[in-house]
Amino acid sequence: MVQKIESQYKEILNQYMQRQSEQNLYVGQNFSRQLISENTSPEEVISMHKAAMQELYSDMPEEVWHSFDFLIEMMINYGLALQERQSLLKRQEELKVEMDLAAHVQETLLKTKLPALEGLDIGLLSVPARKMNGDYIYFISDQAGHAGVAVADVIGKGLPAALCMSMVKFGMDSLNDSTALPKQVLETINRIVEKSIDDSMFVSMFYGRYKASDATLTYGSAGHEPAILYRAKTREFFELPAKGLLLGVSPLATYEEHTISLEKNDLVVMMTDGVTECRTDEGFIERDVIFDLIESKKDEPAQVIVQHVYDELDRMQNAELRDDFTLVIYKKI
Amino acid sequence: MSNQSSVEILTEWDIVAARQLGRNVAKELGFGTVDQARITTAISELARNIYLYAGQGRIEIQRLTENGVKGILIIAADNGPGIPDIRKVMEDGFSTSGGLGAGLPGVKRLMDEFRIETILGEGTDIRATKWLR
Repeated sequence: MVQKIESQYKEILNQYMQRQSEQNLYVGQNFSRQLISENTSPEEVISMHKAAMQELYSDMPEEVWHSFDFLIEMMINYGLALQERQSLLKRQEELKVEMDLAAHVQETLLKTKLPALEGLDIGLLSVPARKMNGDYIYFISDQAGHAGVAVADVIGKGLPAALCMSMVKFGMDSLNDSTALPKQVLETINRIVEKSIDDSMFVSMFYGRYKASDATLTYGSAGHEPAILYRAKTREFFELPAKGLLLGVSPLATYEEHTISLEKNDLVVMMTDGVTECRTDEGFIERDVIFDLIESKKDEPAQVIVQHVYDELDRMQNAELRDDFTLVIYKKI
Repeated sequence: MSNQSSVEILTEWDIVAARQLGRNVAKELGFGTVDQARITTAISELARNIYLYAGQGRIEIQRLTENGVKGILIIAADNGPGIPDIRKVMEDGFSTSGGLGAGLPGVKRLMDEFRIETILGEGTDIRATKWLR
């Protein structure tokens, strides 16, 4: 095998030495591709070159042969760098496959079902910046007309954030109460998160409980991006602030809750900071820009509004999502 | 059958002496130019590690014959601090990214067999073999 390659190399080299044509160089380059695919190292190529030259031009001065030996010595570390690169590429490929699997598991694990409630239209979009999503949406609803929504964001991205999210899910699952009010939900999840995650990780979370019978939304927040209320009648936007520490900081944290009544076509916009911290090269995208995007589609179904806001922000940022992006809209109909 | 000789590593120049010893033996055993360069690169790397991290130690070169196949064994031994995390130094990119050279993964690639034993506070013993094909 090695001998065959050596004689091929000698032949190609000889052709070129006879006639320095582009054609012969092209043949040489194609041959180098074959050498690479067979993992031939640079030092072996030079050694082969030296051997071929010795056969073709044996009467060259000694200095020429010495120079090839010197060049072989020079190339050893290049050969090692090449091998290292190949093994790192292989490792990277393995990691990629692993991440794809993990992302798939996460998707299945964190799947949530949109509540179907009379008088409430819900839009939802969550797009991870990397493979794994550090944002999390959890819905819970019942026949009596309650629809709870948790919008959570782990400070951080990727795999660690995604792992942390599973805990919020299991906390919500074990609470399993669609009538629960934000204060109770946030305090319960806070205790779980505080106990189970390390000190460097925090979760922000918004919780809103909608009650269909009187069309009210009761909300609370654990250091989360404030939700936005759009009043259709006056065409005004309001922030919905609620005090509360991030989840996982202190087991004693308590949370506020407030209640608002929704009227026809009012919107409640809940999001993660991936939405408000969208930025272009000129800086952060102003809140007013987001408000305008929402208002321009206010008469459309909630899902259309959500998609429109994402599409436009994505376009403004040249499709370079920097943070996980999650947007939920409750529309009173 | 084995036949040995060694070089004490105290100064940077001893690295050159170790290389020379290794190259002479490799040449006598019949290794080609490329393999000679690989063997001496491995010796360089091991001797440099001794010089940089242990302060002093020894490179030993042995000729081997096993089932009629000839080979060369490099032993790098020192009484230095030992290596706290072998897994880390055997990781690709750990030494090369800092420009420190091929590192131990490089030595492993250059040779056919590689074995490392290290005890914290007592020292390190690395053995690398290359067989003549």
